Amino acid sequence: MADVLKKVPVREQDPKVRATNFDEVCLGYNKEEAIEEAQRCLHCKNAKCVQGCPVNINIPDFIGEVKEGNIEEAYKVISQSSALPAICGRVCPQESQCEGKCIRGIKGEAVSIGKLERFVADWARENGIKPPAPETKNGRKVAVIGSGPSGLTCAGDLAKLGYDVTIFEALHEAGGVLVYGIPEFRLPKLDVVAKEVENVKSLGVKIETNVIIGKSVTIDELMDEEGFEAVFIGSGAGLPMFMGIPGETAKGVFSANEYLTRNNLMKAFREDYDTPIVHGKKVAVVGGGNVAMDAARTALRLGAEVHVIYRRSEAELPARAEEVHHAKEEGIIFDLLTNPKEILVDENDNVAGIKCIRMELGEPDASGRRRPVEVPGSEFDIDVDTVIMSLGTSPNPLISSTTIGLDVNRRKCIIADEVTGQTSKDGVFAGGDAVTGAATVILAMGAGKAAAKGIHEFLSAK
Amino acid sequence: MYKILKAGKLAGNIYEMVVEAPRVAKRCLPGQFVIVKMDEVGERIPLTICDYDREAGTITIVFQPIGASTEKFTQLQAGDSFRDFVGPLGCPSELCEEANLEETKKKKILFVAGGVGTAPVYPQVKWLHEHGIEADVIVGAKTKELVILEDKFKAVAGNLYITTDDGSYGRSGMVTKVIDDLITSEGKSYDQCVSIGPMIMMKFCCLTTKKYNLPTIVSMNPIMVDGTGMCGACRIMVGDEVKFACVDGPEFDGHKIDFDAAMKRQAMYKTEEGRALLKLREGDTHHGGCGNCGGDK
Repeated sequence: MADVLKKVPVREQDPKVRATNFDEVCLGYNKEEAIEEAQRCLHCKNAKCVQGCPVNINIPDFIGEVKEGNIEEAYKVISQSSALPAICGRVCPQESQCEGKCIRGIKGEAVSIGKLERFVADWARENGIKPPAPETKNGRKVAVIGSGPSGLTCAGDLAKLGYDVTIFEALHEAGGVLVYGIPEFRLPKLDVVAKEVENVKSLGVKIETNVIIGKSVTIDELMDEEGFEAVFIGSGAGLPMFMGIPGETAKGVFSANEYLTRNNLMKAFREDYDTPIVHGKKVAVVGGGNVAMDAARTALRLGAEVHVIYRRSEAELPARAEEVHHAKEEGIIFDLLTNPKEILVDENDNVAGIKCIRMELGEPDASGRRRPVEVPGSEFDIDVDTVIMSLGTSPNPLISSTTIGLDVNRRKCIIADEVTGQTSKDGVFAGGDAVTGAATVILAMGAGKAAAKGIHEFLSAK
Repeated sequence: MYKILKAGKLAGNIYEMVVEAPRVAKRCLPGQFVIVKMDEVGERIPLTICDYDREAGTITIVFQPIGASTEKFTQLQAGDSFRDFVGPLGCPSELCEEANLEETKKKKILFVAGGVGTAPVYPQVKWLHEHGIEADVIVGAKTKELVILEDKFKAVAGNLYITTDDGSYGRSGMVTKVIDDLITSEGKSYDQCVSIGPMIMMKFCCLTTKKYNLPTIVSMNPIMVDGTGMCGACRIMVGDEVKFACVDGPEFDGHKIDFDAAMKRQAMYKTEEGRALLKLREGDTHHGGCGNCGGDK
């Protein structure tokens, strides 16, 4: 009998093998493993895990169905709350959400809710189960801007309520950050993302790619000329930040956005795709978030020795513990308490190294984390030929600057009501990173869900 | 899919296509550009808009193959389609904005166009002509066969000066010589110059106009991926500021651009692009053993 205090371990690709390919790291549970893990759920009456889920999936009920081996029923329970379970099961920070609240976790390990969700969604896909189509249509048109997690969720929920929903996507592929940002080895594009996008389409949602709102057409035109009664803005936070240090425009310096977009969306890692990517031999990734881990592990798979440079210590790394763990297993070198001062260049403007300084932690700052301060005289150089800046992103002003009466805050984030998603402009709602600044897939989904409800209430009262 | 209605050679290895893209055609203004992706595996290639027809919902693009992707574009014919065609991207030319019309009318404007850069100059000159402003235009080309859009320019420009490097047509010499001649010996004076062409031409054009304190706008076309401000690949130094050509440009004050740095960045993927082009041309016979490309890795 397995130790009831511990999760049923999930199978993963061996670190040495996976460091050289782009196949998925985590292999997921099979049915037997899933049923065994489901047995660990205490089926709490007042389930804390549900409160920890931004889209409030009925977790005890779906796990209860898994326990009985009724996987299709489990999928139906999840589908009531989430349109993207195969994605969430892979990329949600469960440790700080559902699993963080699990009673099992008080004495032992929490139930592996994320891996169970993933199993159910994968099983449904492999067995051709689709979410049920809406029964009635009301014909009222709603536009959704952006096909990332918030847009897909909002569109899916509105379609279920009978609305005629069109998603407008700026890029040539639907999925937003799920296709351009998160790498294949964490989230397979064809098998997982494309299939969940198909599921949203099967609810009747139309997706028009290659339309940049604010350039190809404005929100005012969508509402005044194209007959959309409400608009949801889920355009994300797409603009990369740089440090402003010398050498940042040199050849071989990339934003994590560019590096990941080339590799993930444009599939530069594949021989049969045309987009090039620089195959650095020694790569420095600056930053400590999930995006930095994604960039570092991508560079590693493209054959580089990779250093993650982060100015605080390991305890403050904003990336998920699982991602940091995976990165270390694969051989990423962490240069912690280290901050870049200058990117060194050769006579042709190629990156020749990165000058850094040691840091130590001082008093806590406004965020509550101990502020890193420079150790005087501790400068040193790291020999690299490629630098990837992963310092966070901010919302793109293309929409806010072209929409009359849409208010933003000083960080250019759209101001929207937390409960309804309503913005300062009548009939226009917003959610996800465009409102909060860079956050997580599941928080964006939660916002998309809330806005769908807000839009339904708004249009029902009209 | 975006259907190609017309495709053909304009001159030498410069190609012209008319493409069905109603959303782009409805809103685009002179100075803006599009991003084109041929098929599933293709790159996203930024191209300038040469002309547009709002009624027909079409965009005219003009391009010269410089890498594997644009080389593949040349094989497309009328009836074929591009998988993706997105725009209009970038800011419209300030000279072609209704709001600035009164100011613009007071100015004497000189356009300096070179090579394939002649194409994006045309909609600007046409727009000005339609708004009662006759701008002078210098069109530079290597040789007679590579002069493009001459008849179209004749219909909309004030004075049209064509020059060829080898003197085979029009005036003889570089566009910078024509600027010098017009201002120093032909009694012309200008308040605004717009220069669009190869980076090296824009650089020397700006050095020339600086002598005359003639404000000069240039249009930058650096490496891009998404074209919406997301990747930052197109960042260039304008004065001491970092700008993204795709959303802040593509037009900038040419006297503030660091052309040498921009040209170095342009060469970033040169070897990768060269290899891809060789592979495309040589097909299965390409094994990377020629010593020129260093193989495929």
